[in-house]
Amino acid sequence: MDKVALLLGLSVALFAIGLLGVIIRRNVLVMLMCMELMLNGVNLSLVTFAQQLGETVGAVLVFLIFVVATAEIAIAIPIVLLIVRRKHTLDLDAYTDLKG
Amino acid sequence: MENFLASLDTLLLYVFAACALVGAGLMLILQQPMRVAMALISTMVFLGGIYGLLGVHFIAAFQVLIYVGAVMVFMVYVIMLLDPRDPGYSRRYSGLVLPGLAAAVLFIGALGYAIWHALPEITRVAGEASYGLKEFSVAFLNEYWLHFELTSVLLVAAVVAALAVIKVHKRDHG
Repeated sequence: MDKVALLLGLSVALFAIGLLGVIIRRNVLVMLMCMELMLNGVNLSLVTFAQQLGETVGAVLVFLIFVVATAEIAIAIPIVLLIVRRKHTLDLDAYTDLKG
Repeated sequence: MENFLASLDTLLLYVFAACALVGAGLMLILQQPMRVAMALISTMVFLGGIYGLLGVHFIAAFQVLIYVGAVMVFMVYVIMLLDPRDPGYSRRYSGLVLPGLAAAVLFIGALGYAIWHALPEITRVAGEASYGLKEFSVAFLNEYWLHFELTSVLLVAAVVAALAVIKVHKRDHG
């Protein structure tokens, strides 16, 4: 198996594991971390493609994803803290009253 | 000697990829959020190693600086802030385990199939044309300056939103 196939396979696997984590785990913080894992998988594929094509646009996009990930965490964590103060648990099943 | 170094590079790439995959797998299995965070940090560091091996050293550096140094440290702080006797820690999976697994297998299958069939085209396009920090910076600040400025708007919006969330909390509690 050559290098590109290995890296693309790894990025697919990371993205899928992150998605699976978001679906099946119950802990809100763990779900947030799984989202970060998905972003990391996407980053790996972007770097691989950019390297393969010799274009800088992939690397630029990676930097924008860094910024988006940071902003996402900066806004998600206060929300989680606030919900936990109110519900006294990180378990997602306790939040079902947030449904419409 | 050069041949040896090239094969060492390949070997390290395989080892890092395997370690990153193991770290990601552990994230699904481990129970305590702190251990999950450590698994994620190791995965990110190994990904940084892979970026280094690919020759994009600045992305490797920022991967470690921003993801491990900022995002994950923040996450670890929050985990330490919360109550470890939370009942949310004791039950690991939601009721959607089996449908989730089935969907993930289907998703991996479809994505892997698509990539596998597109792979000859991808690898045909070019040999590895590497680029350094200089080419990246010139492109970043000449062609993509608008996107760069827009991210600063995004960051300001995130800061304002975080402040607003805290304000809501204060108002509710007098």
